[in-house]
Amino acid sequence: MISNKDLMHILIADDDEDDRTFFSEAMTELKMNNKLTLFNDGKDLMDYLTDPEITLPHILFLDLNMPYMSGFECLKMIRANNRFRDVSIAIYSTSSSEKDIEETFIEGANIYIKKPNDFTKLKKVIKEVLNINWQFHSSGLNKETFFFSI
Amino acid sequence: MKLYIKYDGIVACRVILQEQLERLDIKYQLLDLGEIEISGVVPPDVMAELQQSLNRYSIFIVDNEKSQLIQRIKDTIVQMIYENEKLPSVTISQYLSDKLNFSYGYITNIFTEHTYSSIENFIIIQKIERAKKLIIEEQLTLTEVSYKLNYSSVAYLSSQFKKVTGLTPSAFKRIVDKRRSISS
Repeated sequence: MISNKDLMHILIADDDEDDRTFFSEAMTELKMNNKLTLFNDGKDLMDYLTDPEITLPHILFLDLNMPYMSGFECLKMIRANNRFRDVSIAIYSTSSSEKDIEETFIEGANIYIKKPNDFTKLKKVIKEVLNINWQFHSSGLNKETFFFSI
Repeated sequence: MKLYIKYDGIVACRVILQEQLERLDIKYQLLDLGEIEISGVVPPDVMAELQQSLNRYSIFIVDNEKSQLIQRIKDTIVQMIYENEKLPSVTISQYLSDKLNFSYGYITNIFTEHTYSSIENFIIIQKIERAKKLIIEEQLTLTEVSYKLNYSSVAYLSSQFKKVTGLTPSAFKRIVDKRRSISS
């Protein structure tokens, strides 16, 4: 039974150590119970995801700019696999070009985050993203038309 | 070839419930708003099987009183937004209070306490969900959508749409259309 006491499984892939720290600090300050797993790069993330034993995450945050395998490539691979249909994917990037944003949505991202400069803003953004993602998850809303750009 | 479907989740859910209950030979009556009256006693193993078969469809039997009320609140809101051609003209607080037989203060407190959100927020998200359906499935114009959902103007609908999704309704439609053409 879904309740607000349910644990939200969150994955983050980002090659920048500072960013990973910011994200995990922001998450620990939230009200929602969450379990966070961090990855340094796209390849580690994809290796993890392809393991059939794992519990699927509710939401996955992908940095667009990663070496070896970019967030965009990960996005395409994940969306090509039906197994991850209910996983929300949040892409974040420093780019604020409308074209880039629409491109990531077209390729199957649900959420696009323009990386804010300061930590307070980042916390606020993450809170909004997780909140709305939880609304979609707990109310059985249609993930295929779930978009959130912030 | 590709098929496009339109569906009514509420009807689908009702049919699933009927099929599963009948399959297990349980005497029932489907009441309004997510309530089922079961006549007679259902042995625990049959109940467990029912739960398991319903879980496959993401249908859960709610066994906690507060959760039940939350679900009823959500169902009432969804029904309010989807049932008529046009949203009711009485205020939402009055509507919910009348339908659920609790004061609006009590309803909002329980809702906020047990979800990560407020009722207002939930209602707005549901209205925008319906707006998305109307835009994509029924190809309605923004004027028609704002009329159906009781927005005072297209501008107001667009601004609320943008607030909830970060996209304008036209950008939304463009993205969905492009996504569909890619996957074909």
